[in-house]
Amino acid sequence: MTTTTAPAIRLRGLRKTYGSVVAVDDIDLEVATGEILGVLGPNGAGKSTMIDCIAGLARPDAGTVEVLGVDPARDRATAKRDLGVQLQQAGLQPKLRVSEALDLFASFYDDPRDPAELADRLGLTERLGHAWTALSGGQQQRLSIALALIGRPRIALLDELSTGLDPASRRDVWSLVREVREAGTTIVLVTHLMEEAQFLCDRLAVIERGRMIALDTPAGLVGSTAAPAVMRFAPSASVALDVLRSFDGVADVTSGDQTVQVVTDDDGVLAVLDHLAREGIRPHGLRITESSLDEAYLDVVRRESEGANR
Amino acid sequence: MSTTTTARAVLGAETRLMLREPGALFWIIVFPPALLGILGLIPDFRTPSEDLGGLRTIDLYLPTALILTAIMASLMTMPAVISTYREKLVLRRYATTPARAGDLLFAQGVLHAGAVLIGSGLALLVGYVAYDARIAALGSAALVYVLAVAANLACGALIAGLAPSAKTASVIGTAVFFPSMFTAGVWYPISALPGWAESIVGLTPNGAAVLGLEQAVAGDWPDPVHLIVLVAWTMLAGAVAARYFRWE
Repeated sequence: MTTTTAPAIRLRGLRKTYGSVVAVDDIDLEVATGEILGVLGPNGAGKSTMIDCIAGLARPDAGTVEVLGVDPARDRATAKRDLGVQLQQAGLQPKLRVSEALDLFASFYDDPRDPAELADRLGLTERLGHAWTALSGGQQQRLSIALALIGRPRIALLDELSTGLDPASRRDVWSLVREVREAGTTIVLVTHLMEEAQFLCDRLAVIERGRMIALDTPAGLVGSTAAPAVMRFAPSASVALDVLRSFDGVADVTSGDQTVQVVTDDDGVLAVLDHLAREGIRPHGLRITESSLDEAYLDVVRRESEGANR
Repeated sequence: MSTTTTARAVLGAETRLMLREPGALFWIIVFPPALLGILGLIPDFRTPSEDLGGLRTIDLYLPTALILTAIMASLMTMPAVISTYREKLVLRRYATTPARAGDLLFAQGVLHAGAVLIGSGLALLVGYVAYDARIAALGSAALVYVLAVAANLACGALIAGLAPSAKTASVIGTAVFFPSMFTAGVWYPISALPGWAESIVGLTPNGAAVLGLEQAVAGDWPDPVHLIVLVAWTMLAGAVAARYFRWE
């Protein structure tokens, strides 16, 4: 992504340790103004620590963080005015009502969104009189998103945006996030949902064991995978899965209820078909599809951990 | 947005929340004046005594009731609220907004100080109307009282700030509560203790407060030692709380 303006967020050699645990290790990253950056990675990979550092909640042990040109851990007041943060875990006063929370947080900012309109967008209108503890997990999540966006932040950090949301609310939240970006907000969102990453994000950063192991557009990430094809078929007789795994180019073989799935490159596709023909096994219902973001992500993480174990 | 604006907005929200659950206020506002009213029903307590310099026991219970309001607020109520805010990650959320987690602590301090004032006012009223108990030197009493409330709130902030969980805060608060009741003279008038015991109790914040207030009841200025003890506790507890407060 090329841009003439200064990046909204710039991380240089970011490192953060907790005791002997290295949570984030040497991350360099620039997020352009108006971009939606997705952050992917297994649990405990360091995604939330990275968010904490950008939000100024954690002070890096090494490297620098710049948010719109300021160090968020040092210049708290400036950074907090520009940042809207939805943390993975955060509470509210137990008896505080939805409407009170929205009004209170709106009063913190110079030009807030209309609380009633935002509540409506997130399906909270009928819950305005409910206390925080009387909300379901999904409702608390939606209120947290509302509180992060109510100040019209220049940068929104959304950690596990759609965790606990049903598919309909997820769509509502996605359309809100897109709209917020159209209005000029830069967004960093942590997600485990590839569908969400594909739908919303301009670029994806994959974090594993504290390091950034990939940074690309969703299409670029899918294209970069060494195993871009997925074969699915129902074999007419039992197939030796280990033999399939031994072919060059085959990345992954799984078998389900009478079906076999092979993730592989083009040579591997031919090798598998040759093998089946030699053995006289017919691949019923054979479909060969392009690898999805799901497979590409798993491939990137798998290659990284294989490299680390070698 | 200015820091005073956010502090005021948070104070407004916290006030509504406190009034929504008035149960905790009972112990600060109702209990101490009620205790004073009940103890005054004992005839002996209304008889002047040579041992007490011509004062009645009920006269000495008036300072105790005033200080009891501050003990209830700072040991029982305030640490529970603040440590719950930390445990439930409320402080963490506020730390990401232009308001600060400190705004919540400030609001809790102001509200509890306000509740303590109301409870003390009621105790004064009950003492005066029911038993004609009065404080001869009001200015002197006000000085001791303000320092005593500050010392208690600082100790409450210390407990709230250092306790790792809401449960621990409540255990520590209760553990400190009973000795505090004793030093404040709830069970036995401090000035009727043997001299050496009185000196020791006088080094505790509430012992110093009650002894100073008793001098005000008798119409005297407080012994400067009592004031120094109160200021020292406020500064010590306040400094440790500010330095080691656990925000998460």
